[in-house]
Amino acid sequence: MTAFLVVLVIILFGVAVWQMAKIFQMSKTKPASDNDDIASDKDNRVNGYLMLMFVLFIYAIAIVSFWKWSDVLLPKSASEHGVEIDQLWLISMVLIFVVGIITQWLLHYFAFKYSGKKGQRATFFADNDKLEFIWTIIPVIVLAGLIIYGLFTWTDIMNVDTDDDPMVIELYAYQFDWRARYSGEDNALGKANVRLIEGVNQLGVDGSDPYAQDDIVVNELHLPVGRKILFKMRSQDVLHSAYMPHFRAQMNCVPGMITQFSFTPTVTTEEMRQDEEVVAKVTKINKIRREKSLDLAKNGEEPLETYEFDYLLLCNKICGTNHYNMQMKIIVESQEDYDAWIAEQATMKEVLKKEEESK
Amino acid sequence: MSAHANEHAVDHHDDHEHHHKQTFITKYIFSTDHKMISKQYLITGLFMGIIGIAMSLLFRLQLAWPDVQFSIYDIFLGKWSEDGVMDPSVYLALVTIHGTIMVFFVLTAGLSGTFSNLLIPLQIGARDMASGFLNMISYWLFFISSVVMVLSLFVEAGPASAGWTIYPPLSALPQAIPGSGAGMTLWLSSMAIFIASSLLGSLNYIVTVINLRTKGMSMTRLPLTIWAFFVTAIIGVVSFPVLLSAALMLIMDRSFGTSFFLSDIYIAGEVLHNQGGSPVLFEHLFWFLGHPEVYIVLLPALGITSEIIATNSRKPIFGYRAMVASILAIAFLSTIVWGHHMFISGMNPFLGSVFTFTTLLIAIPSAVKAFNYITTLWRGNLQFNPGMLFSIALVSTFITGGLTGIILGDSALDINVHDTYFVVAHFHLVMGISALYGLFAGVYHWFPKMFEGKMMNKNLGYVHFWITAVGAYGIFFPMHFIGMAGLPRRYYTNTNFPYFDDLTDVNVVITVFAFITAAAQLVFLYNFISSMFHGKLGPQNPWKSNTLEWTADMKHIHGNWSGAIPSVYRWPYDYSKLNEDETDYVIAGQDYIPQTVPLQENEEELNH
Repeated sequence: MTAFLVVLVIILFGVAVWQMAKIFQMSKTKPASDNDDIASDKDNRVNGYLMLMFVLFIYAIAIVSFWKWSDVLLPKSASEHGVEIDQLWLISMVLIFVVGIITQWLLHYFAFKYSGKKGQRATFFADNDKLEFIWTIIPVIVLAGLIIYGLFTWTDIMNVDTDDDPMVIELYAYQFDWRARYSGEDNALGKANVRLIEGVNQLGVDGSDPYAQDDIVVNELHLPVGRKILFKMRSQDVLHSAYMPHFRAQMNCVPGMITQFSFTPTVTTEEMRQDEEVVAKVTKINKIRREKSLDLAKNGEEPLETYEFDYLLLCNKICGTNHYNMQMKIIVESQEDYDAWIAEQATMKEVLKKEEESK
Repeated sequence: MSAHANEHAVDHHDDHEHHHKQTFITKYIFSTDHKMISKQYLITGLFMGIIGIAMSLLFRLQLAWPDVQFSIYDIFLGKWSEDGVMDPSVYLALVTIHGTIMVFFVLTAGLSGTFSNLLIPLQIGARDMASGFLNMISYWLFFISSVVMVLSLFVEAGPASAGWTIYPPLSALPQAIPGSGAGMTLWLSSMAIFIASSLLGSLNYIVTVINLRTKGMSMTRLPLTIWAFFVTAIIGVVSFPVLLSAALMLIMDRSFGTSFFLSDIYIAGEVLHNQGGSPVLFEHLFWFLGHPEVYIVLLPALGITSEIIATNSRKPIFGYRAMVASILAIAFLSTIVWGHHMFISGMNPFLGSVFTFTTLLIAIPSAVKAFNYITTLWRGNLQFNPGMLFSIALVSTFITGGLTGIILGDSALDINVHDTYFVVAHFHLVMGISALYGLFAGVYHWFPKMFEGKMMNKNLGYVHFWITAVGAYGIFFPMHFIGMAGLPRRYYTNTNFPYFDDLTDVNVVITVFAFITAAAQLVFLYNFISSMFHGKLGPQNPWKSNTLEWTADMKHIHGNWSGAIPSVYRWPYDYSKLNEDETDYVIAGQDYIPQTVPLQENEEELNH
């Protein structure tokens, strides 16, 4: 595949060079004009044709990209609001593609059609209020529509309604890993501050705070499907960004303040693994990994593990040397599975007590 | 009679020259002549550009083939590469310095510095800038800041590597990343000097445009280039000082224990004393410059192309007043949209709504500009000189990159593509490539003005253009897809965990195109240098242009015009204007009327 693409690019490059050589030749054989370095009629004609070819190239690269690479895109949204975002995304994309296709065509087609010839007279056309008005008012109307649609979506996503009784979970970022703190039965997080970090109390939770007693700190995020989650983000050192692409969710983690983002997961990990697009993507990735493993085997190295789909929480704000390797697994599961899992985790009270005893 | 007067003036001028015998140093180094300063800016900018692009090639190699060892890393990165494996922290340093150099040193100073200096006095009919001395200082401050930036590459702990946006706390704490030590100190010093240079330059441009226009050159008769440079300078004066204040506060946080941007930090096993600061404040201050900066980069490019497209279409630019109005609208709006870089920074979501609104508004004047360019081509007599090709390509990338801006400016959509490669693709097309095209267009078009009538080789120009045009789309169109796949930017490798393994193909294609495109820039460099010495001498007005710079002497002299300064009688876009009977052009057999030609008898007064 890679080889094919490289070959394709090299061929295209070859074609380009060949075209260049042609231009060179054509311009060399032309009769001498006033100055060789000012475009002649022949230059205008050749470049006019190339302009037309260029707009076709732009279309082609768009089509080829979609044809070859639409399978790398994110699968369907796994959260409630994500569906709205995808809808708005689709509308915006259609709009910009229509505008893009038309304007690029006009630009390059005019360049081709009106390429200069001796004796051709340009039209003195300096102003037209009606035209200016039309292409001011059309963007105004279209953008007004987009702005209103976008702002309703945005407000819906960002304004958390506490009446929904969302489950509160803290996402805690540090160089270069994540922790999640569940608020436990009282659904309220205990106070925390980096000044209280000590020993196993990695998140600086205030052990004397009654709300903190049932908090649960883990390094894998389990979410019950269909339950609204309110994430509270904190950072220990530098800026990080909690990016959960499959849920269309992202919020920066800022040292010194608590940020928040809320969403309702709607598709369990198991369901997502069965999703057609995800199956295709995983198959493709595993094929690549098998090929790589073969290479590794030749050098006597361990083969790569077979990949299985999982939701990910990624760091998406440059945070240091290992920024590229800062992620946490997210598992969306049924309420029962979630309950069973959370019951097994130690609460803050138990953890602190245990440490006390070991001293 | 007039010929005689001219002769006299020349004689007089020669006398004048005699008094000020120029040494090598006053002519080529500490020159106060705007034409020489413009060349100094250009050559420094190109030099920095070579460094910036070379860096991008290094990290593109890493991104395409993360598992392959390249001994070229060992050569260029020294201790930061072992057996052909790039160090992750130097990867971050490369993207940081690439961004900084390209945005500030190439596209701000190299583009605006070069052409504002060259064209403002020549196109408004002035003998030089309002203050030649300040102009010289401005260049030399830029030079010093370039030197400091380049020096910062060689400090022991490595250059700044917190991203070109240098968000604290990462940029404030050497414990967080090695590049935030001496490297960041030099980065901040360099930028502080750069800002001083930019401010001196901008103030000079503003004063010159306001005060030194020749007789008849009203504001509505200014070429669009000058409008663009003028407004750009105003944006610079308004927004650059804010970056300086942000940099100063960051310096204090780093060195004097203040807490402007730091609070509640536990790093390297200890709690820092800092309390009460906010990194979000820095983001506000940074983007208060950072966003207008986009237009500081872009507007001069748009001004240059307006002029070149009109000249080479042999038509007036369509909607001159609308073009000026949209430059002003963009300038105003550009200062109130910075928050769209911060939708998910943790600022109040209501602010996000406001910034979405203002951001999408800015699409309107941009759309007007694009449509006006297209209409200017319509029924023209297009002369495809290399400058013209780059100008048309600029409109193309400006449209493509601008359209994805509609997605990113929409806060709801930004959530999922923020800081992914979708953003990288967007801004490279709309400001990086577009502004570079503006730079190239300007160099091809005004090369004869810079180098006393010598012209760049046309055919090498065509080769350079077509490979670059194809390559730029080849790099940045596929890049949108890896962004939509959810790949965060600034990842040293994306094969460390399996989810993005299928993006390797796309990355290889991008890198191959990047190398081809970079190779084409060598053609440009060769053409530039060889034409500087051996370029064919063209006519005084090679593109048959209306603007004043082509009436100035081909040979560079202090004061630009050996005779009196020309007076102006019309706007600069009377191309292909017909006489009242519509039998021929106003000046028979000549499809352009220079600004210095008074209204003719058989001419209808249409514009200005």
